[in-house]
Amino acid sequence: MTDNPGVDTPAQQPVPVGVGYRANAGGPDSDAVETLALPVAAGPSPAARPALRSELREPDAPAQLFGLRTRDVSAWFGDHKVLERVSLTMPAGQVTALIGPSGCGKSTYLRILNRMHEMVRSACLAGAVLLDGEDVYAPGRRPADVRRRIGMVFQRPNPFPGMSIYDNVASGLKLAGIKVRKDQRDHLVESSLVSAGLWTEVRNRLRTPGGALSGGQQQRLCIARSLAVSPDVLLMDEPCSALDPTSTRRVEETIAELRGRLTIVIVTHNMQQAQRVSQSCAFFLATHDTPGRIVEAGDTAQLFGNPVDPRTADYVNGRFG
Amino acid sequence: MTSATDRIAITPEEHASMTTTTETAPAAPAPPAAPDPDEQRRIRLGGVDAGTVRTNLGAAAGSLALTWVLYERVLPFSGAFGFLIFWYLLFLALSWAISRLQWDVRTVRERLVQSLVAGSGLLVVALILDQIGYVAFRGAHAASHSNFFTQDMRHTATLSPITSGGALHAVVGSLEQLGLATLFAVPLGIAAAVFMSEIGGRLARPVRTVVEAMTALPSIVAGLFILGVWILTLGNQKSGFAASLALTVMMMPIVTRAAEVVIRLVPGTLREASYALGGSQWRTVLSVVLPTARPGLVTAVVLGMARGVGETSPVLLTSGFTSQMNADPFAEHQVSLPLYIWNYVRYPSTDMVARAFAAALTLMVIVLVLFVTARLVGGRRPGELSRRQRRLVARDLAESFTHPSDGTS
Repeated sequence: MTDNPGVDTPAQQPVPVGVGYRANAGGPDSDAVETLALPVAAGPSPAARPALRSELREPDAPAQLFGLRTRDVSAWFGDHKVLERVSLTMPAGQVTALIGPSGCGKSTYLRILNRMHEMVRSACLAGAVLLDGEDVYAPGRRPADVRRRIGMVFQRPNPFPGMSIYDNVASGLKLAGIKVRKDQRDHLVESSLVSAGLWTEVRNRLRTPGGALSGGQQQRLCIARSLAVSPDVLLMDEPCSALDPTSTRRVEETIAELRGRLTIVIVTHNMQQAQRVSQSCAFFLATHDTPGRIVEAGDTAQLFGNPVDPRTADYVNGRFG
Repeated sequence: MTSATDRIAITPEEHASMTTTTETAPAAPAPPAAPDPDEQRRIRLGGVDAGTVRTNLGAAAGSLALTWVLYERVLPFSGAFGFLIFWYLLFLALSWAISRLQWDVRTVRERLVQSLVAGSGLLVVALILDQIGYVAFRGAHAASHSNFFTQDMRHTATLSPITSGGALHAVVGSLEQLGLATLFAVPLGIAAAVFMSEIGGRLARPVRTVVEAMTALPSIVAGLFILGVWILTLGNQKSGFAASLALTVMMMPIVTRAAEVVIRLVPGTLREASYALGGSQWRTVLSVVLPTARPGLVTAVVLGMARGVGETSPVLLTSGFTSQMNADPFAEHQVSLPLYIWNYVRYPSTDMVARAFAAALTLMVIVLVLFVTARLVGGRRPGELSRRQRRLVARDLAESFTHPSDGTS
């Protein structure tokens, strides 16, 4: 693990959040709070909630939604700077899509959000990532605790090959060291699989290996696995790029179902997908010698329908990238 | 080389029978459905064609005859080994010549290389079979008497008949020493492998270098090391335990290296998935990396055990020799199978030598049992089901068909 150079460098002053972005800094969205029969839902109250949770939420408790905000995030691999002062707000309970051509730093940015960036040797960063107003890079904060609250789904489905479907979903509990009773765990596995839209397909073969599922099912299994530890935010790194159109549709339906129950950030190369699943959107761009930065961010409909920046207009209309 | 010709000799018949079955298949009464008039005749892909078979057969027969004439009648040599080599070389030359009459140089070169590679493979198999067969042949006399597996050598003198004495004490000693050494070497080896592949850092490199150097450590040095440290310096007795320490020195680097290789093969995406779920590093190693690498780790352990069980020189210096049963590895001398073999094969009496060969056979059987057990216990690839799991799955599926799921939940 490499060490991060201080979290807040004095040289970087906070700048106004985003560019052309509405000032929704993480409050619960009005249309998002209704679907809160969370199987895996929130804790006692936001104020009483400890920064480092060790308890799972009670099922059927009202959900507490948390937004994610970054302030002046820059990132380096060795001496190579890949992100330049990215400030973005990902509103609570909404789906935020990150779009942009390959190599513009979207995935790096996504991995910074749940501290997966530091898994790469020689990686370092500056700036702050605020979950519910608290910096996830604050000194003394354990990466494992951050990652439990901010789950991640990867580009290629990666279920644990040695585990059954059931064990795959329950693996997060074991890995994060959460102790639950057997019936609770059964309930959690079922509700996570239901949320990921996989329950009806696998309910009769929970004990078969997860690797025997089709690619799309595996990806939904990975989503269920992430949901089982009841994260506040779910990051998805091109979750459909290895899937066929039917599986893609199923995953998109799952995302639509999850919307309003937790905050989702999705990286995608598919412009139509970004339009279909997201409510807000950020367009990243990097040129040959400049690191990636946000060109434009805002409401998805606005960004696609009436972009402010001509480069955004070119990109969303498929004229480059 | 006989087996090569045998193999080839079978193929034309196979070939012929296969062709006939394909041709007669539509006429056969077996398919109850109406015969499909549009049934296409399938083209056989790959395999050997008749030309190759004829060429190889011809070359084999011709070279056999020529070898017999030259080697047995004309040249001043004899002996089976030289005969086979001479035959093989002549076979290569003849098959080159015959092939060259039919095909261009590129094809012929291809076929010649095929013959060479197949010959090498067969040679290896033949050597191993010969080795096992020779030991079994020499040892059968002693191993066929049940007292060999139920007695020790306490009352057996040099000229005692084969119906007295046995290797039970050596089998017990071998298993105890191997068990202890495995107990020490496997946790150490796997922990070292985890350190090198998962934690790494600056120290991983020297550790890897040392481990690699240790795999090439002469086994007598391992014995000397334990003799010097454990027995001479610390003043302990020669015992089975001391021998197991020496075996640990031999086994650990092998387990470490093999384990590191298989741990490195675990996809990084699985580690990422585990970390993204909030797993700590040691949780990830324990719950994801090691279970995924389990079949490979079992192989690593078996490799180490197979190495350890046959080592003679570390045991020679550290365990001491006794002709009596000693089940306690911590006190008194304890003999093991390699040492037993080493000791009795030097006797002038044929019965003693037969006992040594029977012990060698026993040793090979133990190694075989180890391999088979390891395959059965941990050899499944991750995600592959055991027979019992497969049965459960089949039952679940059958139930889901008989009671169709009530749909949405």
